[in-house]
Amino acid sequence: MSCERSDGIKRLGLIVNPVAGMGGSVGLKGTDGKDILQEAIALGASPRAPLRAAEALEELSLRKDGIEIFVFSGDMGASESASAGFRTVLLGAGSEGRLTSADDTVMAARLMEEAGVELILFAGGDGTARDMVMAVGTRVPVVGIPAGVKIHSPVFARNPAGAGKLADLFLFGSPMGLEELEVMDIDEEAFRGGIVRTSLYGYLRVPFERRHLQGGKSGGGKSEAVELDGVVREAASRMTPGVLYLVGPGSTTAALMRRLGCEHTLLGVDAIRDGRTTGKDLSEKEILKIVEPGNTRLIVTVIGGQGFILGRGNQQISPEVVRLAGKENIMIISTPSKLRSLIGKSLFVDTGDTLLDMELCGYIRVITGLGEETIFRVER
Amino acid sequence: MTKKLRPFHHMRWNEPIIYQLSVSGQRGILVPEAEEEIRAIIGDGRSSIPDTMRRNDLPNLPEMAQPQVVRHFNHLSQENLGADSNIDIGQGTCTMKHSPKINEIFARSPKLADLHPLQDPSTVQGILEIFFRTEDLFREISGLDCCSLQPGGGTHGVLALASMVRAWHRDRGEDESRDEVITTIFSHPADAAVPKVKGYRVIILPPDEEGLPDLDAFRSVVSERTAAIFFTNPEDTGIFNSRIREFTDLAHEFGALCCYDQANANGLLGIARAREAGFDMSFFNLHKTFSSPHGCGGPATGLVMVDKKLAPYLPVPVVKQEEESGLYYLDWDLPKSCGKVKDFFGVAPVVVRAYAWIMALGADGLEEASRTAVLNNNYFMKKMLQIRGCSLSYPNHPARIEQARYSWEKLKEETGFGTADVQRRIADFGTHYWGSHEPWVVPEPFTIEPSESYSREDMDEYLEIMAEISRECYEDPETIRHAPHNSTVHHIDHDYFDDPGKWAITWREYTRKYEGYFRKR
Repeated sequence: MSCERSDGIKRLGLIVNPVAGMGGSVGLKGTDGKDILQEAIALGASPRAPLRAAEALEELSLRKDGIEIFVFSGDMGASESASAGFRTVLLGAGSEGRLTSADDTVMAARLMEEAGVELILFAGGDGTARDMVMAVGTRVPVVGIPAGVKIHSPVFARNPAGAGKLADLFLFGSPMGLEELEVMDIDEEAFRGGIVRTSLYGYLRVPFERRHLQGGKSGGGKSEAVELDGVVREAASRMTPGVLYLVGPGSTTAALMRRLGCEHTLLGVDAIRDGRTTGKDLSEKEILKIVEPGNTRLIVTVIGGQGFILGRGNQQISPEVVRLAGKENIMIISTPSKLRSLIGKSLFVDTGDTLLDMELCGYIRVITGLGEETIFRVER
Repeated sequence: MTKKLRPFHHMRWNEPIIYQLSVSGQRGILVPEAEEEIRAIIGDGRSSIPDTMRRNDLPNLPEMAQPQVVRHFNHLSQENLGADSNIDIGQGTCTMKHSPKINEIFARSPKLADLHPLQDPSTVQGILEIFFRTEDLFREISGLDCCSLQPGGGTHGVLALASMVRAWHRDRGEDESRDEVITTIFSHPADAAVPKVKGYRVIILPPDEEGLPDLDAFRSVVSERTAAIFFTNPEDTGIFNSRIREFTDLAHEFGALCCYDQANANGLLGIARAREAGFDMSFFNLHKTFSSPHGCGGPATGLVMVDKKLAPYLPVPVVKQEEESGLYYLDWDLPKSCGKVKDFFGVAPVVVRAYAWIMALGADGLEEASRTAVLNNNYFMKKMLQIRGCSLSYPNHPARIEQARYSWEKLKEETGFGTADVQRRIADFGTHYWGSHEPWVVPEPFTIEPSESYSREDMDEYLEIMAEISRECYEDPETIRHAPHNSTVHHIDHDYFDDPGKWAITWREYTRKYEGYFRKR
């Protein structure tokens, strides 16, 4: 983490992906890749992200004297920062007439990290979030200003004003926690063809407001770390010798693997048996080779804010894999914090196999703590 | 609403703990020496105590003169906030209410205060009679048959129920196969926590669209593995589950026991009973509902009522009356008992206050107390929902019993301020409110329970404070952002306090944590 300046001035990074969101208005479902972008411009799309970034900065306008904003020049943030009247520090050149690409975002974020910013606000969509994962990962706190067509990742605030408010609270409010949230993205090519294929690309660290401040009555509150410890201990206690476990992607399942002392991949499907990793980052084909009908259990977690347990970010666990393992052999693990917004609502499956999805619908138990399960309705 | 808001400021004495005030040699009372003639008969008194029982060191007590002692405790009481000093309706689910002072006189009477629980029963017939008669009263209130007054609090009452669940199934040879307990997300958190302590796997039911426990979800999990269900009703949202009988009947079909957490009984006295709802066991908090002050871990009682089939499993001892002589005695002869859940047989002052309160009100009075509590809640709810930014949880189910869970979600969206901000600011007005139990399923929640003790003027004053805070959130954000202004504690880092490795609310906790409790493991 960066150090605070002795004069109390906060350092904020601002990255605007000027082309984010341009595909949406002309029905192109995203602008990842140069050809598509050219097409969007040809169809008359106009930049949307700069306006969204300006909306977010508006929330910080009372703090003008207390912030220094680090930017790339031109339409990557400099003009928004300067025209809103903030002290603006140029770290490099943005597009300057040419079209920006993912490399510009990555470069800007890395230079901001070096400059010691306390937070980066970035305006874009899921593709921009992926660039942020590549650039700074979980090293620098970030807040996403939703400006893209695809917003599947929970790292984005609900609207630009929300992103500005969160930045304000983080920089000037009482101390806040940070949580690692998923960066999800869909395959745009497939999406244009009408197929939703979402993958998990990594995690970013986002400030979060305490949603569960404790009153004096109910005793000790549990931080998410403590909850997570309970969940993985419960899951570990239910594992049986000799059984093959296929462990899906996500930070919750990764915590289980750490507890078991198993090598693992954060974003892939791993296989373990008797506490040892027998396969890492397996593809569907590789899984089908090793799966043992009647002796295989799947361990998955709820991915993203929308409550998907199968079909988002873990497509390697294909309908065929689920059928071979048996749908009664799916173990779902999640901390209560991750599920809080979903309680009383539903979890979702979208395996691509309608019949299987229908079979999976109904009520399902989710391991939510030591000796504890919470019931959820599953829909497709 | 015509009253003016009070210009309040909280008291801060920075009072040291009493041991830090101790000055060697100071005395509060000088006890007179024994007269010559008494000494001639008794000797020095001390040497008549056997060596093995005589202590060699003085007890470690603070040494202070009377005025310093009085000042110390007055300071502490002035730093306090409680039902006797504020409009205590913000601590929803806690049933903060007035305890008539006459009951305090009974509880402090030397006739009670000087008793010892190890006295021979023949010398404490009076208090045993009160215990026995209290059981009678609760037979009426709950519809169930037999009683234990042993548990020392609500969660302790849950522990007694869970212990009896274990004893009951063990007796039937089903203890191994029945390893699950079902509860609901808006039941008190103890209903999930305690069965876990007893080794059960706990299954938590979500609410449906109306905020009621999801009956279909229940159907999907109840089975031969179910040992018991632990339900609160009305739940912490204030919603009464009028389909409760369907849950208890279904649980019984599978051989499970039905346990009722009646800590939220204040709106149901004389109106609805555990028996008719199909429960086998229940507990009541004599503190909160029945005239003992609630809170601060003070003396409390989680009175347990059970169906007669469960009487053999009650904690020992139970208070009984000999038919012939009419004498009261303690019955230890329950071979199937779940054991003891607490020392002795109950917290006598709490039972005496409850007995006095019920006898003073009578059956009609109990029902009127409940009806007044429900009326108060509905009056408050109607006015509260007119305040900008506030909404009711589960608006599809607008009827609430004695409390209601609200949400500041709209306030949060429109101003950025949520329930924690309101909580900080309300301290500036000499009162308080409490966010709500975990988990925060309702966004930005708070729970208000205006029990029968509060007048319309009291509620209006509290509402005026809430309206003012809402107005400030919209029009004067800086005031909210830096609140509280008139309290003794300002912004605190909650993460620090939530770190289980760090917090220590008792000295014992402190020594365990900081002197190797975690390291030992």
